[in-house]
Amino acid sequence: MGLPVRTFDAVIVGGGGAGMRAALELARADLRVALLSKVFPTRSHTVAAQGGVAASLGNIEKDDWHWHMYDTVKGADYLGDQDAIEFMCRTAPEVVYELEHFGMPFDRLPDGRIYQRPFGGHMQEYGRNPVQRACAAADRTGHAMLHTLYQANLKVHTQFFIEWMALDIVRDRDGEVLGVVAMEIETGEIVIFRGRCTLLATGGAGRIFASSTNAFINTGDGLGMVARAGLPLQDMEFFQFHPTGVYGAGVLITEGVRGEGGFLLNKNGERFMERYAPNAKDLASRDVVSRAMATEIKEGRGAGKDADHILLKLDHLGSEVINRRLPGIREIAIKFANVDPVREPIPVVPTAHYMMGGIPANYHGQVVAPGATGPEEVVRGLYAAGECACVSVHGANRLGCNSLLDLLVFGRSAARQIIDDLKRNPHLKPLPDDAADRPLARLARLETQKDGERVAEVQAEMRRVMQAYCGVFRFGDLLKQGVDKIKEVAARAGHSGIGDKSKTFNTARVEALELDNLIEVALATMISAEARTESRGAHDRADHHQRDDANWMKHTLWYKQGNRLDYKPVHGKPLTVEAFEPKARVY
Amino acid sequence: MRFLIYRYNPETDDKPRMQDYDVALEPTDRMLLDALVRIKTLDDTLSFRRSCREGVCGSDAMNINGRNGLACITSVAGLKEPVEIRPLPGLPVIRDLIVDMSQFFKQYHSIKPYLINNDPPPEKERLQSPEDREELNGLYECILCAACSTACPSFWWNPDKFVGPAGLLQAYRFITDTRDQATNERLDNLEDPYRLFRCHTIMNCVEVCPKGLNPTRAIGKIKELLVKRTV
Amino acid sequence: MVKREVVGAHYGLRDWLAQRITAVVMAVYALMLVAVLAGLPEFDYWNWKALWEIPAVRYSTALFLLSVYWHAWIGVRDIFMDYLKDAGLRLTLYVIVIAALLLYAAWSVQILWGV
Repeated sequence: MGLPVRTFDAVIVGGGGAGMRAALELARADLRVALLSKVFPTRSHTVAAQGGVAASLGNIEKDDWHWHMYDTVKGADYLGDQDAIEFMCRTAPEVVYELEHFGMPFDRLPDGRIYQRPFGGHMQEYGRNPVQRACAAADRTGHAMLHTLYQANLKVHTQFFIEWMALDIVRDRDGEVLGVVAMEIETGEIVIFRGRCTLLATGGAGRIFASSTNAFINTGDGLGMVARAGLPLQDMEFFQFHPTGVYGAGVLITEGVRGEGGFLLNKNGERFMERYAPNAKDLASRDVVSRAMATEIKEGRGAGKDADHILLKLDHLGSEVINRRLPGIREIAIKFANVDPVREPIPVVPTAHYMMGGIPANYHGQVVAPGATGPEEVVRGLYAAGECACVSVHGANRLGCNSLLDLLVFGRSAARQIIDDLKRNPHLKPLPDDAADRPLARLARLETQKDGERVAEVQAEMRRVMQAYCGVFRFGDLLKQGVDKIKEVAARAGHSGIGDKSKTFNTARVEALELDNLIEVALATMISAEARTESRGAHDRADHHQRDDANWMKHTLWYKQGNRLDYKPVHGKPLTVEAFEPKARVY
Repeated sequence: MRFLIYRYNPETDDKPRMQDYDVALEPTDRMLLDALVRIKTLDDTLSFRRSCREGVCGSDAMNINGRNGLACITSVAGLKEPVEIRPLPGLPVIRDLIVDMSQFFKQYHSIKPYLINNDPPPEKERLQSPEDREELNGLYECILCAACSTACPSFWWNPDKFVGPAGLLQAYRFITDTRDQATNERLDNLEDPYRLFRCHTIMNCVEVCPKGLNPTRAIGKIKELLVKRTV
Repeated sequence: MVKREVVGAHYGLRDWLAQRITAVVMAVYALMLVAVLAGLPEFDYWNWKALWEIPAVRYSTALFLLSVYWHAWIGVRDIFMDYLKDAGLRLTLYVIVIAALLLYAAWSVQILWGV
């Protein structure tokens, strides 16, 4: 084999919020940590989060983590695991205060405490009226958070491996994970990163859709690695469409715009959300708002000459509020939509945004999969946190601001679990002989592929298929066709080829390797969606319009091997409080 | 649309060359980054960094018609043809438009870009008035794209010793944060003819910053504090 | 010897400040000189000679010239710092510049008090 091997206590893949929060905790415990990131850490996609991080600090109005928990359970359309949700909502204030102590430049209230704004689906008194729960740094909360976490990591000397791409996890015959095989992008060098614990924090995969708010780097690398290693992906049919992506460009416009008082208009200038969600109106949860917008457009009430978008009005907030609270939004609207929101509304459409599904994990960050002992046997040595993990706190639909919270809470809890596990199990297992066979075979195939399919074309086709057959509204027959189509695309991806064979910073090779991961996510999403014959959260089927708790109150598990599906129960029982029983979801 | 793009692959090229591309852009290719991605679908050997494509991650800073900027928020409509694209000046080129940013980050790291506060943290947040928080505006928004530092002649001549506009902007971000307690150490760290005082207020940094930030003003504020401390 | 980046000579502020103060001195002197010349009843040899016999004029001119040299020293050194990488070469040039400026200073005094 002969590959160089580097050994660490913990190997973290991904330098976004979850990866860096975990690295910080581990480095502070004096462990040897390697954090691998495809890009310089502050370029990770956490940087693009805008609106805020949810925590029931109650700095402005009375708030309570029980209410936050209720909102999250309800927002998830009851598919979320209530133990994990309780854990997250209870821990929220603590992790936010911690972040403030690291130096996060939160906006402030006159008395010096953290500023909070209303956000979709976050309510007082178990869903009664909107509450100010989103802790914000203008409309750059993710940017401020990611830089703060990077800075905090510098302080404790975390070891970063920047512009290293993890290719595959190393799993031995007992199913234990012993590290990852990674490539240094600058040189093309392949190295085995051996770790007693491996944490995947590789983020989302919005790039499976044609129109997405996601960065180019969001290619589901962790999910691809896990799927190839024979582990399942959970709840992949639930993909969130954010109501307000800039029409044509896809760039995100934060829900914080509506939190600050903006609202949506159809072509008649009607504030249509009053019809769909009489109570929460424009601050209903994202699936509800996106569907309402798509319905308006479908029924011919969209704005513009093609009646194909909706208008987001915020000029009534005044330039003072816009410049202070939403300066980045103004910049984006001017650059990408050619409108100045101080005067005109921003044209928006629902845009693929967040993957609720992911690598099945529990709230300790341990990856779990069906095994001899039950549906949730811990995969030893492997952890996952952030968007790539499905804990599942977001269930069928995530609430805004719960993702930044998710990565703080579960980044930290995964690290704490790792610290604990390392104490109990301090010895390294030997690497199997075939440790790097899979990634080396993938690289060798790319090297020798004759007349390969062009990566860009296959990617474009994948995105088109996903958008057309698996969008906001889903139809049984279209999904069936979609499954066939995406399998065809996957077959093409199997013999992708690149023209550039050089070793030095070969981005063509990186994109081909990313396609391998994207296609697993696309397959999982389409196949899981086709199978789920109900409507729940972000998954809306025209042919099965109701939620079906009797048959479908369960998590989907998709396996790459044979595109097999399996299911496991939802954790209906919280840790300490009474369970929230499913009921009809109205906002 | 015509583009002249700097090409260099150390494995095959003795020296860099400018490659001419004439591509038909789609109506959806509005930003320069869209055009580069389009070119890459035709020639996958063209290498450049990119990520968020909305101007917040700082990956795709490059020299566009002689001026540093982010490709993703530079509209192609306003560019003079042929559009000449080069890597950021003053840093070693790894390949094509990709530069080695180690020196830049080393300078950023040298100012200790993290909050230093040795008091035990309170149970809740540390308090900070909105006015004090306002001080951080125009500072914390930096995306570390390096457009400013690589447009700064002082940084070109002394990248190893001069912190550069980006690093100094961040130095001031922590100096002025009311929660930080290391102001004096931070000032000591910069009281040097090279680290801070290579700034000759040329103001290229202000001119090119894609986020509209003003490093020169921050540098002025640091000098002001140094004077206050001395006299 | 191991190559190390060495920084931390704590005179950055002092020189930066000196450059600004000397600039102010030069500006003020220039304005005063213009005012004094404009105030002369007639601009001829005798008035000119009388002017330079006033001690205040001599001393302020000396101060001005010293400011020029000090200012020039910092400016020239800044240029060397920007463009010359070799410390030995820099030191040599520093010595030459300092020697020249000292010479000019002595020469200036000689001229001012020699008329």
